[in-house]
This record gives sequence, C-alpha cells and structure tokens, in this order.
Amino acid sequence: MLEDKDRIFKNLYGFHDWGLAGARARGAWDGTRDILARGRDALVNEMKASGQRGRGGAGFPTGLKWSFMPKESKDGRPSYLVINADESEPGTCKDREIMRHDPHLLVEGCLIAGFAMGAVACYIYVRGEFIRERERLQAAIDQAYEAGLIGKNACGSGYDYDIYVHHGAGAYICGEETALLESLEGKKGQPRLKPPFPANVGLYGCPTTVNNVETIAQAPDIMRRGAAWFSSIGRANNTGTKLFCISGHVNQPCNVEEQMGIPLRELLEKHAGGVRGGWDNLLAVIPGGSSMPLVPAGADQADTLLMDFDGCRDKKSALGTAAVIVMDKSTDIVRAMARISYFYKHESCGQCTPCREGMGWMWRVLMRMADGRAHRREIDMLMDVTKQIEGHTICAFGDGAAWPVQGLLRHFRPEIERRIDQYAANPHPEPVRVAAE
Amino acid sequence: MTKLIVDGTEIDVPPEYTLLQACEAAGAEIPRFCFHERLSIAGNCRMCLIEVVGGPPKPQASCAMNVRDLMPNKDGSPKVLLTRSPMVKKAREGVMEFLLINHPLDCPICDQGGECDLQDQAMAYGVDNTRYHENKRAVEDKYIGILVKTIMNRCIHCTRCVRFATEVAGVPELGAIGRGEDMEITTYLESAMTSELQGNVVDLCPVGALTSKPYAFAARPWELNKTESIDVMDALGSAIRVDTRGREVMRILPRVNDDVNEEWISDKTRHVVDGLRTQRLDQPYIREGARLRPASWPEAFAAIAVKVKGAKADRIGAIAGDLAAVEEMFALKELMDRLGAASIDCRQDGAALDPALGRASYLFNATIAGIEQADGLMIIGANPRKEAPVLNARIRKRWRTGNLKIGLIGEKADLTYDYAYLGAGPETLAEFASHAPAKLERQVWLIGQGALARPDGAAVLSLAAKAAASVGAIKDGWNGFSVLHTAAARVGALDIGFVPAAGGRSATDMAKAGALDVLFNLGADEIDIAPGAFVVYIGTHGDAGAHRADVILPGAAYTEKSGIYVNTEGRVQMAARASFPPGDAREDWAIVRALSDALGQRLAYDSLGQLRAALFAAHPHLARIDEIAPGNAADIEKLAARGGTPDKTPFHSPVTDFYLTNPIARASPIMGECSALARGERAVAAE
Repeated sequence: MLEDKDRIFKNLYGFHDWGLAGARARGAWDGTRDILARGRDALVNEMKASGQRGRGGAGFPTGLKWSFMPKESKDGRPSYLVINADESEPGTCKDREIMRHDPHLLVEGCLIAGFAMGAVACYIYVRGEFIRERERLQAAIDQAYEAGLIGKNACGSGYDYDIYVHHGAGAYICGEETALLESLEGKKGQPRLKPPFPANVGLYGCPTTVNNVETIAQAPDIMRRGAAWFSSIGRANNTGTKLFCISGHVNQPCNVEEQMGIPLRELLEKHAGGVRGGWDNLLAVIPGGSSMPLVPAGADQADTLLMDFDGCRDKKSALGTAAVIVMDKSTDIVRAMARISYFYKHESCGQCTPCREGMGWMWRVLMRMADGRAHRREIDMLMDVTKQIEGHTICAFGDGAAWPVQGLLRHFRPEIERRIDQYAANPHPEPVRVAAE
Repeated sequence: MTKLIVDGTEIDVPPEYTLLQACEAAGAEIPRFCFHERLSIAGNCRMCLIEVVGGPPKPQASCAMNVRDLMPNKDGSPKVLLTRSPMVKKAREGVMEFLLINHPLDCPICDQGGECDLQDQAMAYGVDNTRYHENKRAVEDKYIGILVKTIMNRCIHCTRCVRFATEVAGVPELGAIGRGEDMEITTYLESAMTSELQGNVVDLCPVGALTSKPYAFAARPWELNKTESIDVMDALGSAIRVDTRGREVMRILPRVNDDVNEEWISDKTRHVVDGLRTQRLDQPYIREGARLRPASWPEAFAAIAVKVKGAKADRIGAIAGDLAAVEEMFALKELMDRLGAASIDCRQDGAALDPALGRASYLFNATIAGIEQADGLMIIGANPRKEAPVLNARIRKRWRTGNLKIGLIGEKADLTYDYAYLGAGPETLAEFASHAPAKLERQVWLIGQGALARPDGAAVLSLAAKAAASVGAIKDGWNGFSVLHTAAARVGALDIGFVPAAGGRSATDMAKAGALDVLFNLGADEIDIAPGAFVVYIGTHGDAGAHRADVILPGAAYTEKSGIYVNTEGRVQMAARASFPPGDAREDWAIVRALSDALGQRLAYDSLGQLRAALFAAHPHLARIDEIAPGNAADIEKLAARGGTPDKTPFHSPVTDFYLTNPIARASPIMGECSALARGERAVAAE
C-alpha cells in the first residue's frame, strides 16, 4: 500500500487548486532550475537508475529511450519531444486526470525531459475528445510562460524551450507513436514503417522521442526525490507508482495511484470497494486496457495477479495502461469481447492487410459465437486468424486487437462451446441481432 | 558490402539494399503487391514477409527494411534470411487469405484475369479453400475519369495508384478515405483525374480494381499477339508493346526502357488505339471536281504521272509529316532527287532547325536519362507536360530529390513542379546571352518548338545557344543544349537531310499559293496548303491532308509497318509491324517505290532490306539501333555565333491540345472525349 508521502499525483481528484500556485504548494516547480543545472547526462542517468518504464502501455525503460536521442545535432536537425496525450484506450482515464487536475506536473516534466534529451520544443498531442482538458493544459502552459518557467531562458537556466498543444481529431490509431507524428504533421494518421525509429527520423524528419503523459508527469518528482526513492517503491524491474483506472463491476470505480506490484485483489478491495457481489463473484479482469488479454478468476489466475509488467506477463496478459476492467459473473463475456472487437474493427486505420481484413472477420465470428451461431471448429479457426494478425502488421494495433480474442478463446472455450451446442440443439427463433454501430 | 545467407546461398549486397532486393539478388522469389520499384515504399500489403533468423520472433516485411538495419549477430557471422521456412509459408498464406476474403470471385468477368498479380500469387502462395463465411465487403465504384474504370470491390488497398498519382504524375488527386475495412480509393469528389499519365495506374494496379475503360471486356490477354514496338505520339519514342488480335490492334502497353520512358507512357500513346481503326484510308482516291473518287492504284499512279511529267522540276516539292518513318522519307527524298526537285522539307511547322548546323543543334543533347544528373533546368518556349508527359515525369522525379533549379521562359503552366518564371519571350532569353556562368554543374537548356517554329526561330535558336554557352550549360563531358521535339519523325528526317537543297523552298513557302505545281505530302496534316498545286497525299487518315489532296495513296500507320524512328535525343529505334494496313493500303516505302516506277524513275530497291542497306550506307549511324550518335558540342558554339535579331513576340507552346496533336489521335473518339474533358466541355453526371 502506497503511503501518502510517496504520492506523486497529489491532486488526482481535483480537490485542490490546479493552477500554478496550488501546484507550487504541492511541490511542483521546486528547484527546477537546479535540476536542469545537473546537466543532460545526469538527468538521463537518474531516469535510468529510477528504473521507470513507460506508462503508455509497452513498458519500455524511459531512461533508455531518452538516451537514444542524439547528443548533439550533426546535421543541423533539431530534436523534439512529443507527448502522447491521445489517451483513447478503452478503460483508461489517467492522463486526462493529470491534464485537468495537475497539469503543471506535466508541463514541468516536459521541460525536464526535453532538456534531458536536448529538444528544442515539445508538442503535446491531446486527444480530440479532450476539449476541457486541452483548455486546462493550455492555461497551465500560459501560466508557466508568464512565470518564466518555460519559453526563453526557462526557469532562469539559460535554456530556451517552447511547449505547443496540438488537438487531435479523435482517432484511436493516433495514439500509436508514429501515427501520432503523421497526424501532428498534418497527414492522415497512419503508422509509419520502422525502422527508422522516431529517435532517428521522427517529427518532420527530426530526432523525436514520444512519451506518455504519466511517464513525463512523474519525471520531476523522480528528479527531485531521487532515483533511489522511486526505485524503492514496487518490485525490481517494476519500480515506482502507477495510476490505476479501475472500472467495471466494482462497488466504487476509481482512479488511484498505487505502487507497482500491488496484488489485484488488494487493489480492488482497498480502493474500489471490492468486486460487486464479493470476490467470488469475479468472472474475469482485463488488467491493462481493452487491448490486453483478460485474466479469469481463479486461484492461479486473478487471485494471485500482481499488478505490474512482469506480474501480468506471468498470467499471459500485460499491464498496458493499468486500466483494470472488472467483470463479474453477470457479464456476457463473449459479447463483451465481441464489443471490444468491434471497437478495433472500427478503429483500424486500414493501411495494412492483416489488420484491415482481419478485424471485421474476428468481430463477425465473435458476434455469431455470442449467440452460439457457429461451429465448434470455428473456435480453432478464430484462434488461427488472431495468430495470422498478431505480429504481421506495421504497428502493434494488430497485436492489441488479437490479444483480447486470444484471451477469451484461451480461458472461455467451454462457455463458447456450450452456447454453440445449445444453439445447435434449439436454433434461435428470433432474428439475428446486430451490434450497436 | 554486407554478407548475407539467403536460403543457404551466401551473397554480398550493398547495405542500402532492402531485404527484398537482397533476397532477389540471391535468386529467391518474393511475392509482393504494394512494393513497386519506381514508387515509394508503403509496406502495407504484408505479402513480402520473410524470416530473419535471430531477429524478432515474427516475420519481417522485406520491402521495408534495409540490410543495414539488421541487428548483427553477436558472433559476427552473416545474418541468415529464410524465404521458404514454415514461418514464412504460414505468414504468406495468412496474408493471402486476408486479401482474398473480401475480394470478389469474379475472375471470369474481370479484365485483369490472366494477368492479375493476385490470381498468380494466390495460385503460388494461397490455400485452396475458404474459411470465411461472412458476407463480403461491397464498395461503390468511383468515377475517376474516362480512361480508368473502377471496380472497387476488387481493391486490395495497396495504394500503388495513390503513390503514382502523387509522386510520379504530380497530381495528388487520388487518395484513400475512410479507415479500416471502410477505406476506399477515390478522387475524393469523384472528379476525373487530370494527369496525362493516368493510364499507368491501370498497369500498376495488381488486381482488377482499376482497368482500362476503353478496353473493357474487349479481349483476354492470352488471345493477343504481343509486338514490341516504338511509340510515335511524341518525340520521345517510348517503348511500347502493341497487342493485336487478328489484324486489329486491341491495346498498347508500355515496355521498360530506363533510358527513355522507364515504364510509363502517356494516355495518348496508350489510348490512341481506336484512332487506328477509324477514318482510315483504305484505297486510293482521285479528286474529280469537288469530290474524291475511289480509284485503283494504277489509275492513281497514272494521274500523278501526268501531272509530274507536265511540271518543271522546280515546281515539284515534297513535305514529310510528323509520323513518317525514316525509310519512306529516305525513299521519297531519293525520288525527288531523281526528279531534280530541290524543294523538300520535313518542318511543316516551320521550325528553324537545320542539319547543316550539325546534329548537336537539333538534338536533346543532355539525353532523357541525363535529366537525372542535372542540377539546373531552363525551359524555353515549351510545356513539357503537354509536349512530352513522360519526359515531364522524369523532370519531376529529378525535382523531387531536391537541388534542382528550374527556370521557365515562355508560357506559365502547371508543370507539376515548382519553377521560377523568368519571362515570356526572347527579351528574357537575351538577358542570359551575356550572363556570368551559373554555379551549377550540369544544366539542361530545354528549347521547345514554341521558341523555334516562328519567323524569328533561327535567331532564337542562336540566342539560346549563346545563352546556354555563356551560363555554362556546355562543358567537357556535358552538353546541356537540348531541343525538345514534338514530332516523332523530325530528328530522323533532319538526320537524312530532308530539308530544301540549294534553291529549294521550305515547307512554309511550298504551302503558299502558286509556289508549286505538284506537291507530294507524306502525312503532313498540320499545314495548310493553299489551292493551286496538285497534291499527292500519302497517309493513313482522312484528316486535313486528305481533304486537300488531289490524289490519295493510302499508307500504313506506325503499328502496321516496320520503320526506324529517331527520338528527340537522337536515339535510333525501330518500330515493328504488329498488324497490316487496312484494305488496299500499303506500306509507305513500297508506295514511294511503286510511284517511282510509275514516274519512270525507278528506285533501286525491291525490298525493305535493300532500302535499309542503302539508307545505312548513306547514314551509318542509323544502323546502330537503340544507340545515340552524340552531336558535336562545338556545333553549339557555331550556332551561337550565327546571331540574328529575334522579335518580341512571347513564346507559345505548339501543343495547345495534348490529346489531338496528330491525325491518328484526331481520329480517335477516346482522344476526342479526353480533349473535351480537359477543356471542361464534358458534363459529368452528379451521382
């Protein structure tokens, strides 16, 4: 259980002043100039030592990512920092809270991270639907400019740094870092081929690092309190605190900052009032946003699930964005996964073949399976289709869409077979249901 | 160089190679849809997946990764690539299945059938049954112009057409709207494409989504006889393949020739086909009063003989048109020599080009492929987009790679690339005549017929030579003085000296009233011949020349005869016969030969081979097919010294209507429609 003194997001619920004065009272912008004075390498090393892994879903070590940026520009190209605030993963609502309640953590983080990687400017790509959040963030940036914290000679450090907020148009795929860069450049949001990676050829062809909002918002505290403090929280290789977004069939859905590696059961019962109808009423949980495989209830499954990168991987799932979607036994699990599949069908950018063609296939088969209008052999076929998508696409969207279906087939095959047999025995007299589009 | 092992074969490839190129270098076959050598890499079809041993545990798109991006093995051993492993086989089958689930099974009625990449690769890499039992996607067909038919159900979203339009054609009118399954290729507002190269998207489309509208349901590829030939619609001499069924030309497709057209051809080259069938002259005619009466060959020859015998030698002349092959012009020139007539000319537009000034004075000396080495381009009195669209695409290709300064003197036009507009006419050109050398290594001075086909053309030509020399376009090993011709026959005619001999009249003078008694017109339809002279028209179509004629001798079009054409850069190329002339029409050289007999001046060759032997003996460079005999750069200096006073009239491109520049194109209904559409006259239904 995380102690109050170790919290980074002290205004997560918006009970206090979001503005500069309030943020300063909570410790933000304290000694930023001294932090910058430590120099670029020191900051990158501090971040490496903290062991922080990216909070956007993939869990790539942040310090390592920063260190990929060129030390100096050999060809005159500037470097950029891009903040991915296109938080669109179903179930996830952490970046939004940071932007509207504690925006100064992000703004300060942008300055520190940008300085550490030698960026000349920072672009924050805010999800299209986040209108108030963008306004609040822009207000915080304006405050920071006014106070001389960013802009020319940021914090009196002699370093010039600008932050721009860019408003997206509301496409899930623009949360993929290279699609985000395309969109930021004014093009159609479709992921780029890698390599070259953004650290080499990114925004406008210049070296670019794309980081998640939460990752960057944690950076000032890591620099202020030290890597040792951050790495003392959580487990080895899974250090620090994390915002968990708990939704679904719990008594009190909430956002909460907790230490990494907290057991799922403890997380739900301490902060979310437990599963609706008691722990035994749990059917399954998706630990990391809709694109991760579900983890079913059970002694060796959800009961012993530790909420961090390695803990989730042990259960063949992933921490992702730590958006915990809880489903109790009233859930029609097949329909739920079909609905997630529909989301991915709708959001596929259509660029590469397996994803474009496979998403609709998966969704249509799942919709039939939800009613039992299928053959048993189609379960294996569906699994095969997900495997044909996974790892064959340009970006990770294909993987993220295939995994939830794989999780369903892995853990709920008997349920699907039961429905198929039931329908075969008593074909449904009602017309075919169509998904809400 | 990097060592790789592909399927057990060790090869050495440059690090900038893609894995696909490396695999092909090792002899492995990699299927692909979206990848195309001349377009940017999209990497979206996922068909070219291969396995990189020791890489990530998933297949890698080989088109999208460079050899240098491979993570080296820890022990320094060469990376191993597998193109036939179980992982690769499974991945290809998977991608192929995805491509096919929404692709209609309408191969029997699809024009792409038999030459379809999807069909071929499904046979090679697909599975034989379907597991997809949902409804297939249906997509509305789009209107994108009168040349390209769309059947969008078949689209596999490889985006080749979008990349072609954006990158090569330079008209970003095609794009993809929607996303995921609902992505559709369209011209956004369903307007027609405006590119002169749009027909190429049909060749690029790996499936039957974009097919040729005029050719729809006309023939199957396996019924066609394929003849490799040369195009005459412009002066580039693009490499084409003429597909015939029986004696009818069904379609024309491009061939690869990296020196000339890469693998593009213009829409006029491709779709002029129906012009070869309509308005054809298939028997001789003799004018009786206001009417032309069908006649037999002997009758026609007799009528000509009477007129020629009654005319003095200096009252006889000949004009060669824009589509004539070298052989017939050579024969006609010899016949005129024998008749003692000095008035012969191939410059019906009055262009001030003279072979006496040396071959360099009328060639595109920089060569078409040479444009890619240029760092400066000055366009004078030309609109390359209309006069030679494929050449224009080459300029755009060079321009896209950066560091190419382009200036234009003449008419402002959308050339698909940016240029500095310097002025309208000779006055601007004169400013460069004493210009300091530009800080450019390889300049091309592109001089169009719009600057030369005018009364002061000779002075403009000299001025252009002077300017090109003074700004440094002519150096050791680089001659940037480049004349862009619009007529396929022109360079060949100049090469054999089909210009007035001493005391002869030029084409413009010959066309004047009272200048001649007998005029032989070898397919010259762009010139108005005043009443008076007895005109013998040797040509293919009932166009302007035939209307003015007193005797018509029906000839063969370029697909119906074997003939040598010399393109604007001086490249000698041979067109092949793909079919036969209609009716009583004959090959033009044979007509001239028979005519010579009727006139009592029998030429000394009975076959095309003998004619060519004589031609090659007189002009040895014409025997070197596909080669360029370069001009002498010193000729440009002589040309510059000639001087003259140009007037102040602005330059105008001679091609005002790209689609209707010659009698074949004017006879083509499709070209007529294209022309009307380009002029904005064709109403498009609001659907």
